[in-house]
Amino acid sequence: MMKRLFCAIALAFGLGSPAALAQFEVNIQEGVLKPTPIAIPNFEAIGVDPAVAQQISEVVRADLESTGLFTITPEEAYIQTDLNIEVAPRFADWKIIQSDALVVGTVEQITRDGNELIRGSVRMWDVYGEELMRFEDSAGRQVSGRRFTTTPEDVRRIAHKIADAIYSRLTGEDGYFDTRIVYIAETGPKNARIKRLAIMDADGANVKYLTSGAFTVLTPRFSPEAQQITYMSYEGGIPRVYLYDLRRARQEVLGNFRSMTFAPRFSRDGNSVLLTQATNGNSDIYLMDLQTRQSRRLTDHPAIDTSPSMSPDGRQIVFNSDRGGSPQLYVMNTNGTTRVCPSGGRDIACRITFGSGRYSTPVWSPRGDLIAFTKQSRGRFHIGVIGIDGQGERLLTESYLDEGPDWSPNGRVITFFRERAPGASPQLWSVDLTGRNLRRLQTPTDASDPAWSPLLD
Amino acid sequence: MRKLMMTSASIAVFVGVAACSSTPEPEPVVVEEPVVVEEEPEPEVVVVEETLPVVPTGPVEGSLEDFQVNVGDRVYFDLDQYRLSADAQGILQRQAAWLSSYPDVNILVAGNCDERGTREYNLALGERRASVVKNYLVDLGVDPARIQTVSYGKERPLALGSNDAAWAQNRNGFTQLISGVVG
Repeated sequence: MMKRLFCAIALAFGLGSPAALAQFEVNIQEGVLKPTPIAIPNFEAIGVDPAVAQQISEVVRADLESTGLFTITPEEAYIQTDLNIEVAPRFADWKIIQSDALVVGTVEQITRDGNELIRGSVRMWDVYGEELMRFEDSAGRQVSGRRFTTTPEDVRRIAHKIADAIYSRLTGEDGYFDTRIVYIAETGPKNARIKRLAIMDADGANVKYLTSGAFTVLTPRFSPEAQQITYMSYEGGIPRVYLYDLRRARQEVLGNFRSMTFAPRFSRDGNSVLLTQATNGNSDIYLMDLQTRQSRRLTDHPAIDTSPSMSPDGRQIVFNSDRGGSPQLYVMNTNGTTRVCPSGGRDIACRITFGSGRYSTPVWSPRGDLIAFTKQSRGRFHIGVIGIDGQGERLLTESYLDEGPDWSPNGRVITFFRERAPGASPQLWSVDLTGRNLRRLQTPTDASDPAWSPLLD
Repeated sequence: MRKLMMTSASIAVFVGVAACSSTPEPEPVVVEEPVVVEEEPEPEVVVVEETLPVVPTGPVEGSLEDFQVNVGDRVYFDLDQYRLSADAQGILQRQAAWLSSYPDVNILVAGNCDERGTREYNLALGERRASVVKNYLVDLGVDPARIQTVSYGKERPLALGSNDAAWAQNRNGFTQLISGVVG
């Protein structure tokens, strides 16, 4: 019985066996039509300000609710109010208010090596199965609960890690809450726009600005370790690719290119950066080794080749080219060898988009099976996904301008920016891979070019 | 003030005329001269037209304004295009001629795009447009060392609207004079 909850949601992700479990009625291909109800009462404060415990509880609830996969049972409905993390709950009290799962937690202040730390602990119960739901910890061990400790200023990260653990336990997928988003913060009039590099937690908290706004910056991306950001800046007059080190809070120009460089992304191993160099009207893609600072040319074509993105195994690159007459998506081998194209024939680069419209900004999914893109068609813009063989194109969004997708690290959610109508300013949005759960990400200023970090350590 | 004075003068004249044109009275017993107030005629306003000394009109030759007004500082491109139209070629021929007259002037050619494309593709397209302008000027004899290029993609629109007319203006190659300008 304990497996029932997990299986139902796993089925929702297309992972489980087709066991008939009418209770949840979820199908990820269509999106979740009936979210799973879970109860997450405020965690018990032990030797700590109850406001801290409440804050952590609220962030856990908000994270899980933001997925669209869960509804949080409201506090007013609770019957049992004397929960104890070490004691099984009265399951009947939670069945009657129709919570499928119950999360019980504590927040404590502890002292370790003279430092005051905050510790959050949770257990989760399968209400209908009347059993404890065991977790897998970060070392892969089966554990009866999860416990995270950090400094008082980072308590929100405890909440995100707890939410990731719950999400992962219930869906069978990695979470994506303990992550950050880097983006371009925009202010000022359209013809004198100030664009700054900004970073925030994935839920919009802790916004920090990394550049002053003296120079326009665009298109940031995280390194796989989330400690570096590569982006383009007009500092020095012409666009060039830069690296920003978050630990040292320092930036450096990447490479010694004599002409404009732009559209940078890290390789999957973090050892190189893919970028575009434009020389005398021709843009081509290069791969620069970050150790040797030597770059290798990957495309050599008189058309525009830009917006490269590497497959998770590092062997392939999808990019944008107008070599066929309009901007379309092409896939090539990173080593430049000839391949058999899905549309027939052999070529170094194979076109994979043939629908009506213009395709750009391809981003290979972390799972490797899909490519997200921007599509422009009949005066509208869309975010969509397509198989790496060009099959199964699906458009997830539509507006006056939807641009620049990037994936959550688990490949379930896509963030992008939108200008909802002519003259509207850009804002950050996210949408589930199913096309459901379209949500605005709140930012203090107008915002564009979001990029998602990997899960933090 | 002068208008007001002229009006009172007109009324006075009218009153006078009315008094003079009255029909003949029966034989008056007492002849009383009608009181006619003779107004001083308003001195006629004399407008003297004098010829002003001739001042130079139009921009100073070799100035930024001269370049903008008499040459043209931008060429427009069709949607998604980077080919130079006949109009654009005409403007660039004037730019090349002007630059040959002012050999100290160096220029920055910026390639711009409308907002109906993605940032990265437009950065590439803007660079292509700037390069096409530069190459045309070089073909006409301008020293390439005098020409820098930059792409602003869709980041620096000249026209702020979101309509066909604004987008047409924002697809351009824009020539800025960056040094050696007169005045």
